[in-house]
Amino acid sequence: MTARAIHVQGLEKSYDDLRVLRGVDFGVAPGSVFALLGSNGAGKTTVVRILSTLLKADAGTATVEGFDVATQPADVRESISLTGQFAAVDEILTGRENLVLVARLRRVKSPGRVTDELLARFQLTEAGERRVSTYSGGMRRRLDIAMSLIGDPPVIFLDEPTTGLDPQARLEVWKSVKALAGQGTTVLLTTQYLDEAEHLADRIAILHEGRIIADGTLDELKRLLPPAEVEYVEKQPSLEDVFLAIIGAGADDQATARPPGEQR
Amino acid sequence: MITRFLGDTALLTGRTLRHVTRSLDTVMTVTVTPIALMLMFVYVFGGAIRTGSDHYVDYLLPGILLITVGMGISYTSFRLFADLKSGIFERFQSMPIARSSVLWAHVLTSVVSNLISLALVVLVALLMGFRSGAGPAAWLAVTGILVVFTLALTWLAVIAGLTAKTPDGAGAFSYPIIFLPFVSSAFVPTGTMPGPVRAFAENQPVTSIVDTIRDLFAQQPVHTGIWTALAWCLGILVVAYVLAMATYRRKIA
Repeated sequence: MTARAIHVQGLEKSYDDLRVLRGVDFGVAPGSVFALLGSNGAGKTTVVRILSTLLKADAGTATVEGFDVATQPADVRESISLTGQFAAVDEILTGRENLVLVARLRRVKSPGRVTDELLARFQLTEAGERRVSTYSGGMRRRLDIAMSLIGDPPVIFLDEPTTGLDPQARLEVWKSVKALAGQGTTVLLTTQYLDEAEHLADRIAILHEGRIIADGTLDELKRLLPPAEVEYVEKQPSLEDVFLAIIGAGADDQATARPPGEQR
Repeated sequence: MITRFLGDTALLTGRTLRHVTRSLDTVMTVTVTPIALMLMFVYVFGGAIRTGSDHYVDYLLPGILLITVGMGISYTSFRLFADLKSGIFERFQSMPIARSSVLWAHVLTSVVSNLISLALVVLVALLMGFRSGAGPAAWLAVTGILVVFTLALTWLAVIAGLTAKTPDGAGAFSYPIIFLPFVSSAFVPTGTMPGPVRAFAENQPVTSIVDTIRDLFAQQPVHTGIWTALAWCLGILVVAYVLAMATYRRKIA
């Protein structure tokens, strides 16, 4: 069996008498994107919080890069970055100051250079000197993800990275996640959007009522259903297609980096 | 490990201090109530209050300083609460840093921002005619007592910040603390109060702290009062610290 970047076995967690996790098992191969798919309250965030050493499990084991989250939390924290459900950025600092702070805390050799590179990569160079409180939702999320990349942790947790974002910002985040996967980072992503899992993940696990009820590649999951019947339907553009076409997203990155109303 | 802790605390204190310097309006909000109270008591009620000292502002200032700290720490717990709400607290806790440095940064920032507010209030008092012949040693002693007092209340504020459900709740714990000086020797001598009130006033922490600071300013011998005052401050400090750390450990599991 090949070594796994994340290995979870028999994980259980209850809050009072509410059993949130009832024995969760899954493994994530190094350098792959793994999506934990489930509706609200399925326990996705609880799994991520246990894996990032913020919460102790009642039973079961979990390892990240071979380190046990319960007994070697400091080693786990060296190996991971957490991007939580809400953009965890400091509103009063500028974008640049946020990045420099995290770089210094992670003891990166040249915080200034790393910051410049990340600002450029996430199209935040111009906004870098502005306070984060002036940023749009998409810009905050990009900064949030940029902060998670500092120090090149081998494993990144993204907890519902696109919840609450507009369609444009969502595409930007997708692009960032794909770029991450491209450089060999292991990504564990939670989402409630089926298309997001389909679009980004190498492997998808469905978490439902505290258990993994399906786990496989998209093709494997599709095979669980009866074979598709061929039907001919006229492809109507969805409202999202129309919206994106009209505002010209994707064609011009600058348009997405600077939503209207932010030029001052 | 210890250098890591000190380094991380310094970095994170730099961050929270920027929160203070970039929202100077909070420093103003903290000082405006104590200053207004001082103006009102000196220029409205003061003339009718017999304290035995010539200048009422000299009598009043120590109590006003304690109220200033009481106002200031509500922002300490508010800043901590905001960090918890925004998720940045969890970001720090999931990073390879000395975890408790996140709390210590808030505590140190609280001390610094309260000292700024206190300096501002003393400045206004000086403009209003407050005078003290106290030498550097006495001023140092006053500063020391105020720092220990601030630290004690700051750890209380940490408990409030960690357990609050709403931003208003985070700050509300300071109301009783702000009210406490009114039932003490801070505004009027306790001699005229009816029995039970007087008994409470003379035996609660504020009176011993206020009397000690007043004696230091007036270059009077402080007797054993200073030990009572320090015992109260250190006692509250230790209890609040232990409770705050227990709350914190439960929070981060």
